[in-house]
Amino acid sequence: MSDYLTKQLSTPITLQCGATLDDVTVAYECFGKLNEAKDNAIMICHALTGDSHVTESVEAPKEGWWNDMVGPGKHIDTNKFYVICSNVLGSCKGSMGPGTINQKTSQKYGLSFPVITVKDIVSVQYQLCIELGIPSLYAVVGPSMGGMQALEWAISYSKYCKRCVVIASSSSLSPQALAFGMVGRNAIISDRSFNEGNYDEEKPKQGLAIARMIGHITYLSKKSITDKFGRKLQEKKEYNYELDSDFQIESYLHYQGDKFVESFDANSYLYLSKALSYFDLSKEYGSLKKAFEKISASMLFISISSDWLYPTEQSKEMARTCMNMNKKVTFCEVESDYGHDSFLIEVDKFGEVIHSFIEREL
Amino acid sequence: MSHIQNEDILSYISKKDQVLDLGCGEGDLLELLRDKKSIDGYGIEKDPGNVMNCIQKGLSVFHGDIQEGLSQFPDQSFDTVILSQTLQQVQNPLEVIHEMCRVGKVAIVTFPNFAHWKTRFQLLKGIIPKSDALPYEWYNTPNIRVVSIKSFKRICKKEKIRILHQKAFSSTKRLALPLLHNLCGQRALFVIKKE
Repeated sequence: MSDYLTKQLSTPITLQCGATLDDVTVAYECFGKLNEAKDNAIMICHALTGDSHVTESVEAPKEGWWNDMVGPGKHIDTNKFYVICSNVLGSCKGSMGPGTINQKTSQKYGLSFPVITVKDIVSVQYQLCIELGIPSLYAVVGPSMGGMQALEWAISYSKYCKRCVVIASSSSLSPQALAFGMVGRNAIISDRSFNEGNYDEEKPKQGLAIARMIGHITYLSKKSITDKFGRKLQEKKEYNYELDSDFQIESYLHYQGDKFVESFDANSYLYLSKALSYFDLSKEYGSLKKAFEKISASMLFISISSDWLYPTEQSKEMARTCMNMNKKVTFCEVESDYGHDSFLIEVDKFGEVIHSFIEREL
Repeated sequence: MSHIQNEDILSYISKKDQVLDLGCGEGDLLELLRDKKSIDGYGIEKDPGNVMNCIQKGLSVFHGDIQEGLSQFPDQSFDTVILSQTLQQVQNPLEVIHEMCRVGKVAIVTFPNFAHWKTRFQLLKGIIPKSDALPYEWYNTPNIRVVSIKSFKRICKKEKIRILHQKAFSSTKRLALPLLHNLCGQRALFVIKKE
């Protein structure tokens, strides 16, 4: 049983690469009630491997990925706001992606799925909102890749989006982050079962697990990884003098990798990782300043002190650019040792800032 | 007292000005600017608790250190840059003053005057001065620089910074006679710009 609803969009989506997708299906979930004025809708954009299940609800009591952030009486209060979260285009959690059957061939798209971008993901979200009868968004909130989507919302649908919260994100990945992404994709592609994306029973599990392990390392900080594991050995006191795993950090990463491959599709990982890599507002618009020209939303940028994947400086640069352009903008760095993943771990620290920001008058 | 002083700062700012408040604290001045002059100014503040207060008040605040931040702004990108009661806490005051004058068309600086007669008197007695304007003990003060009105004027002259206006305040009122500023002023306010 799936927790989410699905909607088949009534119009084709033209992608940045030039291709057009017909019959796009979007998986989404809604929490709270849309008020009569229809002005209390908040779109939450998930990160790379997330899904529409941002929090628990009566109908879907399973814990969501941002359970402590969103819900009745929580930081993003669903007694007050109507929260929408949809699975991104290209993913494998109910929305259209490379795992979808292509109606024309009756086969899975696989690698014949067009390469998508963050802009494409957001145009699908926008179309979903329109078809749900939402005339404007009170706020768009997104962490990590979700932050890129939030930025895209503020730029491409500036009149539609009143407030924009960008958490631990950037206007483009750093070369260092690009490199990690590329290694992850290569691990998938080099898996013997990958078969150019046409895998069926035998999936490229090892490649995907390695991609996840690499990703996971980049989500942790030096301090959090040291505090949690150090050089401790897993269930033993001495080295094995064999080539398999000895250290706790190794077991942990194996566990994370193995858990991930059960719930995520390798092709989707490739496509979404590529979408992350391509996101570059300065390149697309000529400069960050030109990209931000159309923004009319009140902006909030939040960074994490120990995040080296999306370092604070990237958020500061975006906030300063907004200041130079006389936009309404706030920047806040959250002090946390947990690295990029902090927004999922120390939720209250972020929640307090987000709550204060979204509850105030414009 | 700080109330009188904020009103004085306000008197040098026109509606529609673009304002940057360095070390904006809980955002009292920015709030006044918004309510009285309809100005949505920016604040830079390093204390996370103060930043939260600013966010709650609906102000535009940038969490960070004033010394690190200013270099990123183009020349004359603000009408007014304010440094209120913070000069004595910065590592490189001279650099900050120059940067303020570069980034802002006009800069407003206020600080506790270390040459106030009570301060002098306490020093004569051999103890480290404390007052309304300097309320800390020597061992817990955030104030790492001591400056007087006279010294500030000297450095402005040396650095070719023009003083447009100068005011001084006792604990209760604005002081009229400029001659008495350095002796009787607990706090000083300067409006400056690059020559």
